[in-house]
Amino acid sequence: MKASDTEETAKAAMRPDLSTVASRSAEVAVAAVEEFGADRSRLLDIVQAVQHRLGYLSDEAIRAVAAGLGAPAVEVEDMVSFYSFLNREPKGRYHIRLSKTPVSLMQGAAEVARAFAMATGAPIGGTSPDGEFTIEWTSDIGMADQEPSALINGTVVTGLTPADPAAIIAALRQSRSAKPPPQFPGPDSQAPALPQARVESSLVQSGPIIFRQGGSGDGVRAALALAPDGVIQEMTKAKLRGRGGAGFPTGLKWRLCRQSISAAHHVVCNADEGEPGTFKDRVLLTEAPDLVLDGMTIAAYALGARHGLVYLRGEYAYLWNALQGVLQNRRRLGLLGRNVLGCEGFDFDIRIQLGAGAYVCGEESSLIESLEGKRGAPRDRPPFPTERGYLQQPTAVDNVETFACVARIMENGADWFAGFGTRESTGTKLLSVSGDCPRPGVYEAPFGITLNELLDLVGAPDAEFVQVGGPSGQSVAPKDFGRRIAFEDLSTGGSVMVFDGRRDVLGVALQFTEFFVEESCGWCTPCRVGAALLEKNLEKIIGDRGTLADIAAIEALANTVTRMSRCGLGQTAANPILTTMRNFPQAYEARLQPEAFLPRVTLREALAEAIELRGREPGAGEETA
Amino acid sequence: MSEERFTFTIDGIEIEAAAGQTIIQACDAAGVYIPRLCYHPDLEPAGHCRVCACKIDGRRSSACTMPAARGMVVENETPELTGDRRTLIEMLFVEGNHFCPSCEKSGDCELQALGYRLGLAAPTLPYLWPERELDASHPDIFIDRNRCVLCSRCIRASRVADGKSVFGFAGRGIHMRLNIDAKSLDETSIAAADKAVHVCPVGCIVIKRTGYQTPYGSRRFDAAPIGSDIEEKRLNHKP
Repeated sequence: MKASDTEETAKAAMRPDLSTVASRSAEVAVAAVEEFGADRSRLLDIVQAVQHRLGYLSDEAIRAVAAGLGAPAVEVEDMVSFYSFLNREPKGRYHIRLSKTPVSLMQGAAEVARAFAMATGAPIGGTSPDGEFTIEWTSDIGMADQEPSALINGTVVTGLTPADPAAIIAALRQSRSAKPPPQFPGPDSQAPALPQARVESSLVQSGPIIFRQGGSGDGVRAALALAPDGVIQEMTKAKLRGRGGAGFPTGLKWRLCRQSISAAHHVVCNADEGEPGTFKDRVLLTEAPDLVLDGMTIAAYALGARHGLVYLRGEYAYLWNALQGVLQNRRRLGLLGRNVLGCEGFDFDIRIQLGAGAYVCGEESSLIESLEGKRGAPRDRPPFPTERGYLQQPTAVDNVETFACVARIMENGADWFAGFGTRESTGTKLLSVSGDCPRPGVYEAPFGITLNELLDLVGAPDAEFVQVGGPSGQSVAPKDFGRRIAFEDLSTGGSVMVFDGRRDVLGVALQFTEFFVEESCGWCTPCRVGAALLEKNLEKIIGDRGTLADIAAIEALANTVTRMSRCGLGQTAANPILTTMRNFPQAYEARLQPEAFLPRVTLREALAEAIELRGREPGAGEETA
Repeated sequence: MSEERFTFTIDGIEIEAAAGQTIIQACDAAGVYIPRLCYHPDLEPAGHCRVCACKIDGRRSSACTMPAARGMVVENETPELTGDRRTLIEMLFVEGNHFCPSCEKSGDCELQALGYRLGLAAPTLPYLWPERELDASHPDIFIDRNRCVLCSRCIRASRVADGKSVFGFAGRGIHMRLNIDAKSLDETSIAAADKAVHVCPVGCIVIKRTGYQTPYGSRRFDAAPIGSDIEEKRLNHKP
């Protein structure tokens, strides 16, 4: 050890010269580590607790958390720097995150953002000089039916107009004299005082399966009357398929999970509803949380699991207290805890894990990594989660809506359920409809509904294109509005964004591509680099610098990204470009230049820096083209 | 320990494998080269670069992570896969700041060698020109992140082989960077003899005062393309 190292160690040991800020950081970090039993797998909770108290994660806090867990600081940093809701730098006391989606922008989000900037004095993407407010854009926050929307320290404000920010900021400034609002997890104390702090339920059309009477334990009772294998057989008989979008048969997933021999099995509810344009899980967790928890409990019985986890996206932190209340109530009713509903030996309880702003965590293996307190990078498969998932033990990860279906199947029978929908896609689907339509919201419709029928329901007869399945789905043109929403045709997790003739197809495709650049986890080359390059290439075309050669190049690049990426995010990151190229070729053709090739920038743009340095335009004989 | 042995095919060539082997391990042993970058035989596979992705029974998976199984049909050197791999290498070139002619790793660089092997003449993709940090603080080791390809070899080697965890990632997506466990490298416990220093496929982590010592013609990839050492095993045994 060098002499200077020895001195450093001695200094650190004495500690008196540490600034109070640093020592408070360390103190808070140590307390948070203790609160979660110094459990490395609870790192996401630990750092969120620290941030809740300090507003951000300082270097000292990171080091103290690492020391408390006996982990290297670089490992804690690795994880913390991954999540967009974890701050490594101090932010304003009020952190305003505006939802940036094609839908929010066409409904005036940019004007609302400017109004927030005016009212706070903070630049968009920065903090106000008084340190009170930070304004940033964020990916879709699950409010596509009531955009423009924003999160203010976790409180959701919706339906914003440029007139609202002044009143909201005034209310926040006024509340400043009271105790500061909590940043995690419950915005309950702050919400009542804030204009526009409400989330509409937006359930427009109930259907025969999910939004009907009943629930709250009925499905669990029915399941307990069967053997666990019998429950799985019911799922198979009902032909239930995962509602997150991939459509994997639930019965098969559960069978594989149950067959995996292990000391413990886990049931995980994927409530990381991050696909832009979907909000049906938000509505389900608001309107029928017991139904979802019934489904999880049924799964636990079928799999022999004692532990359940709900991975709730960070954007839905405002649901935290209500959901904890539901869990408490279920424990009181004997629907959770030891010997559920008196069934000897069936012990089951559920914990909610709050996410921290990462779309990729909706991918099941990323979600599991995140549950374990790591960066949300997907895993290579095999092994699949049903064999080695959470804590390397067999895990069934299912969507919120899937669990609701599970409960209904147990209540009413597999045959009843399979009587709805199509042969391949049984039951109903919750569709989150947003965009250019007078009645946005959640619609429960049987599988097999055509886009035309849906557009009639939502009152959008003059739609020019419909984005089905969010950015990772497909851009559908009017000629295909006769197609059906079903796993065998237009497969979707439920996001349906409607655009009329005022909207620019390429502009929307670019925003979706930017979304993937923002949300790529970075683990694998094709997605990390490819998404950024796709964005650049599309910008070239939109900037009227594209030629036919660029179309061929962008298509080749898009196909490589699709074929070579490691997980579903990268495999679908090129879909906005590929599906608009296929279905709206005229939108591209209209932007193409006749030349065989054009460089990305004009000669003038390339020389801009030199012109500025020289302080004058090119003289005679050295003109730029 | 299972002694079960079985065969599968890659581009029609029959490969014998043992249970527990990945496709890349079995193919390496049998003398069939699958292009790869982040994979290192002494480290756990991580599946970052995707260069080794093959079509396995019709589905693409990375050969470094996929366990070999009886009767698998693997496609490796198809025009489509070679083209995709070339694009991946091109992506890595434009993502960082790689100046081969002046780089001390030139001729010994796996990224450069893969570019040659896969037929990458000059990148056509737009350069991203990122701003990346250097770290020359350590007396023996130099880090130039301009050349980093985020393969995580150093991260894995430091954690497992060296037991030090000097390296990690920071950030996500296109902003992801190689991070170290201190403000500067001289504050970490890294030493020039560490495995982590010697597994870098490119010129990101180099040992000071050793560059440019090998004359042209004698460098690792001067005489034969990358992968030739593996392919020799099979060619030498051809009947």
